[in-house]
Amino acid sequence: MSDAEPRPRSIAGGAHAAEPTFADVNRDVLATLHPPGNLYFAWMCVVGLILTCGILAWTYQIFYGMGAAGKRTPQMWAMYITTFVFWIGIGHAGTLISAILYLFRAKWRTSIYRGSEAMTIFAVLTAGLFPVIHAGRMWYAYWLIPYPNERYLWPNFRSPLVWDVFAISTYLTISTVFFIVGLVPDIAALRDASTGMKRRIYGMLALGWQGTDRQWRHYRRAYGLFAALATPLVVSVHSVVSWDFAMALVPGWHSTLFAPFFVDGAIFSGFAMVLVLLIPMRYYFNLYAYITDRHLDNMAKLILVTGLVLTYFYICEGFTAWYSGEHFERASYLFKWVGVYAPWWWLQIFCNSVAPLVFFWKRARTHIPTLYVVSILVLIGMWFERFNIIVPGLAHGFYPYTFGSYVPTLVDSGIIIGSFAWFLIQFLGFVKAMPSVSIVEVKETIPHPVRDGQHHH
Amino acid sequence: MAATKLLGVFAHVDTATRAIKALRARGVRSIAAYSPVPLDEFEEALTGHGLPRSPVRLFTLVGALIGTASGFALTIWSALKWNLITGGKPVVSIPPFVVIAFELTILLGGLCTLLGLFVTARLPSLRGSSLYDPRFSEDRFGVEVTCDAAERGAIEDLLRSAGAEEVRA
Repeated sequence: MSDAEPRPRSIAGGAHAAEPTFADVNRDVLATLHPPGNLYFAWMCVVGLILTCGILAWTYQIFYGMGAAGKRTPQMWAMYITTFVFWIGIGHAGTLISAILYLFRAKWRTSIYRGSEAMTIFAVLTAGLFPVIHAGRMWYAYWLIPYPNERYLWPNFRSPLVWDVFAISTYLTISTVFFIVGLVPDIAALRDASTGMKRRIYGMLALGWQGTDRQWRHYRRAYGLFAALATPLVVSVHSVVSWDFAMALVPGWHSTLFAPFFVDGAIFSGFAMVLVLLIPMRYYFNLYAYITDRHLDNMAKLILVTGLVLTYFYICEGFTAWYSGEHFERASYLFKWVGVYAPWWWLQIFCNSVAPLVFFWKRARTHIPTLYVVSILVLIGMWFERFNIIVPGLAHGFYPYTFGSYVPTLVDSGIIIGSFAWFLIQFLGFVKAMPSVSIVEVKETIPHPVRDGQHHH
Repeated sequence: MAATKLLGVFAHVDTATRAIKALRARGVRSIAAYSPVPLDEFEEALTGHGLPRSPVRLFTLVGALIGTASGFALTIWSALKWNLITGGKPVVSIPPFVVIAFELTILLGGLCTLLGLFVTARLPSLRGSSLYDPRFSEDRFGVEVTCDAAERGAIEDLLRSAGAEEVRA
């Protein structure tokens, strides 16, 4: 950093030296938990209002049936499954940052991993609503649980929808465990810094953590094992989600390309969501000393790489349709290009393949407005990618008699917009209840206090 | 002779590590170290020979294997309960069952890792050490020794000469 640039300042006041000290980290991260101002409550009100509209829309759908959501054969999946896949995908970047980059010992991840992992949990909790909303009679949601019916007939374990239940519930469980285990030493720091009722609550949540050598020794090993388990899990989850499509015979879906295609797209959209959440968080909490331009630069590079891989998959998709020599595959693919949903196809291509190319320029990778606009475009593009797989795919099957288009209604649009509010309200609540930057992991990467001589970590 | 506890509070990693090494050289074995971050230095000093292993991984292995076995057992057993060929596929069709077995491997492996962490690290701990200092979650390091009352003076001197900011009982 040159001298001309302003020193990174912490919210608690005072410029840091070149790097924050251990005490700085505690002070700055705990400062994010100070009682929020009016702006925060204003945001909460707006988000709460949108969420209420979503809940009302769902209530309407429960009352009047799935027709209210525009469901007509063959368009039985429409926007709910689109949004389900979208939200599951968002979660993947959080696990990538918290587990995969941990295994690669990428130290830059430490200050962003907590926020990203929280994003994962909340995204999966949002996604988890959609199969229930989509099922219509959601009071039978417990039928998803694998148990035999009264004739000892078990669920069909060959069905990708049953795999999905296993994959998503495992993903939610393991991510939550990993997230909470990561939080425990930080909650202990919170406990030690607070008084009264807060101290009692944080004290219980900290499980009596004291940072003894015994605790750390087993903690570190367990943490590494969680990361090692979460890494193949995250790849499997979106692969299984993709097999919901690829196992079906619908033209355009029945492809071995789908698993890597979905996993890559998931990570691509997830990184965009990380930027959308962390850039404002860094601004309002004044975390410039921890979430630096280097983090933004790295994430923009990851968006660029995953975006280029995605573009390659789009080309593969077209090539597969052409090279198959199969009439239905070709017709289905051509329908995406020129059919009634073509504008959305080209919007997807622009958002996912063209817009991220701007990150080839170094300046764009640290220019906040560019980062923000491209991230939002990527999120829009990735939502439409799933839409373009589901809706035009189902619209143009094998037989013209089964063709049918889908038009969104106020009810299903309301529920989907409400899902964004549900996600945001969880995240807004989280940043004021728990440290959204990991105190322990940030400390691990900064120089440890030593009296004599050099210390390396 | 009555055992007593002594706690040295250190501001630096190297001074605290030196204290642990000196204590071990004296033959003191019941040492507990506190730190805001996990430290290789502490672990090496406390064992006297490299990084120790943790039995947590055994929990993970056993959990994961139980998960794999139960995944295959559930799918194969339930398929055989309704012995009907559908879609021209064998009743026991292993490839799709791998998915269930894999997910259960991860699920039970992860849950058993959590159990292993609780057992080995003795969490949740209702009553930790009464000498714990809240600064140990911020920027101080602690070395806690359990020793005979007779040794107390010598150990206190040792901790101070290693660089302890304060020594408490």
